[in-house]
Amino acid sequence: MAMTQEEILAGLGEIIDEIAGVPASEVTPEKSFVDDLDIDSLSMVEIAVAAQDKFGVEIPDEQLKDLKTVQDVIDYVGRASVSA
Amino acid sequence: MRIHDGSPGARILAFGEYQPAKVVTNDDLAGLVDTSDEWIRSRVGIASRRLAAPDETVADMAVAAAGKALAASGLPAGDIDLVIVATCTPETLIPNTAAVVATRLGIAAPGAYDLNAACAGFCYALAAASDAVRAGSARHVLVIGAEKLSQWVDWTDRSTCIIFADGAGAAVVGPAGAGEAGIGPVVWGSDGGMADKIYIKDRDSFIVQDGQAVFRWATTALHPVAARACEEAGVEPGELAAFVPHQANLRIIEALARRLGAPQAKVATDIVTAGNTSSASIPLALARMTGRGELASGDKALLIGFGAGVCYAAQVITIP
Repeated sequence: MAMTQEEILAGLGEIIDEIAGVPASEVTPEKSFVDDLDIDSLSMVEIAVAAQDKFGVEIPDEQLKDLKTVQDVIDYVGRASVSA
Repeated sequence: MRIHDGSPGARILAFGEYQPAKVVTNDDLAGLVDTSDEWIRSRVGIASRRLAAPDETVADMAVAAAGKALAASGLPAGDIDLVIVATCTPETLIPNTAAVVATRLGIAAPGAYDLNAACAGFCYALAAASDAVRAGSARHVLVIGAEKLSQWVDWTDRSTCIIFADGAGAAVVGPAGAGEAGIGPVVWGSDGGMADKIYIKDRDSFIVQDGQAVFRWATTALHPVAARACEEAGVEPGELAAFVPHQANLRIIEALARRLGAPQAKVATDIVTAGNTSSASIPLALARMTGRGELASGDKALLIGFGAGVCYAAQVITIP
């Protein structure tokens, strides 16, 4: 079941709000996790785990270093959910 | 052939702890490697840790902690018939630490062995002690977790030198009636498929850890183990007075506590001033919490140890 970019962004906003306390309204595609949202490598692992529960897409640790912006995660989840 | 009858149950009679004198702050470490107090506090939750003196051994720390536990139990040394030392940092491969510790404490000719389940070691040793008492192969067991991780740390590796520390904790285990058992069934396991996530390759190497992989494992695989330990003991999480997980990383501790669903339980955060002392962290935290009056006799506490292997073990105990 493919998700739209808007659906993934909304889900990601909820996850980041819960894990990192960043309001979902601040989670916009161009934002960098480290530089704009102040999310560190351990929080990224928690976000990846929560994203797996929510979207059914596994995001391995090796992948995390390439997911620098919110748009990177949207693209990754979008691609993986289409191919799943 | 005859076999022993043993005891219907086992319980903890007393705790003891020892921390080395030297306090090392985050600012001290910032002088060695590229790190900062803010970074260490936010990533691992440690403010300061204790490190052993160069000539202070694992056995020295084990003797200090176990001596206190023995004194608090009120038992004469001669009543101990088994000594188990959980450690992954013994000075020597042979002799084992347990026999040396027993003799220094004046315990004559007990069964004595070391046990290596890394940071899960104390929970493994506690289960082995409980089973020995129940099976009748021992009546009173001295269970010790003792580590000198500082001698296995690369002091130029900022990902590990900020975490690991030294110390020892101990418990005296003895028999209990069927209705007063104080050590619940252990839920334990391992996964050698993750052997490369935390390791010390050989005796000339340092500890290496894949922090992200360990964090992901600890925050996703362990809360069902904790829940099962409660189920096996017939204790609802809501009845727990305390949750004492291995003091690996404050963020792992907080994530596990959130998932446990025991909001009333005091959560051990000994890591803040003790660092990660591997097999010593749980008995050290228990001894310090009871010493400060945070836990009362009869309270139920859930323990869960986890670490290299990976190995893990959890059980519910009653505070003596």
